[in-house]
Amino acid sequence: MAYLWSLAALIPLNNYGHYIHWGVIDVSVANFIVVVLMILTFIAALFLPFPGRNRRKENQ
Amino acid sequence: MSTAEIERQWTTRLRKRVAGHLPPEKLLPDTQPAYVSSWIYVFGVTTIAALTMVILSGIILAIRGPQWWHSSSIGHFINSTHLWSVEIFFFAMIVHLWGKFFMAAWRGGRSLTWVTGVVTFLASVGTAFTGYVSQTNFDSQWISTQAKDGINATGVGSIFNVLNLGQMLMWHIVLLPLAAVLLTTIHVLLVRVKGVVPPFEDEKGATK
Ligand code: HEM
Repeated sequence: MAYLWSLAALIPLNNYGHYIHWGVIDVSVANFIVVVLMILTFIAALFLPFPGRNRRKENQ
Repeated sequence: MSTAEIERQWTTRLRKRVAGHLPPEKLLPDTQPAYVSSWIYVFGVTTIAALTMVILSGIILAIRGPQWWHSSSIGHFINSTHLWSVEIFFFAMIVHLWGKFFMAAWRGGRSLTWVTGVVTFLASVGTAFTGYVSQTNFDSQWISTQAKDGINATGVGSIFNVLNLGQMLMWHIVLLPLAAVLLTTIHVLLVRVKGVVPPFEDEKGATK
């Protein structure tokens, strides 16, 4: 278990949150990271080949 | 009973309607059109999977109660499973809705599919919010005292009091999950009734 606790120390959670202020936009760093990950996942979903796609074409 | 009488029964009428709109091969199809083999179509079912985990972990939290989830290590684990399943649920739902937005997936009489999606999203936001204020810790106290002025300013505070833990917990574990699951069921059945929306260039009358 001890090594798990040292992992938790990588991201200190006992501090004030970090915020990005950009004009009218006000967002916590944590939320901003999630939004960026969603956008990257969306782009990846559009461009990564879907397994089995070619197999299906051969069958047609 | 005469045939006419049998035809008039609500059971007969309902069965015929369901069989017409949603025959078994449409309810549980074995193949999908070729354009469905893309990762973007995976996010609807990912959302269902995450929702299932949310409900299962929520049931365990309900069985054991707050003292357990605050103080035992298994309680912490199930509590975290509940939270992280919610994170995946919203993540997948939003990628799903972006996908449907850019496909204009409300085309061809599918507007109710889109609208049930929107309402499910709103119900889910409400479920998450009432969950945050039902934690029974300092975080939930902070969130509810921050939220009360906003909610009260809308007038909703007269029937929906975010400082009332009992009420918030009821909304979180009974009313809103019921609504979310019901809406999701209708949403997915509508997709089955209509079939997956074809790409723009495959629409009837489109020039190829
Ligand atoms: C609990 C949340 C939700 C669940 C479990 C869910 C699930 C699904 C599933 C399984 C499908 C079938 C195909 C696919 O995944 O692409 C689907 C289709 C669809 N979803 Fe959702 N969805 C949710 C929320 C939403 C939201 C928030 C929107 C938009 C505001 C939305 C809009 C649509 C539309 C328009 C379709 C029809 C696509 C078509 O006919 O091709 N959904 N949904």
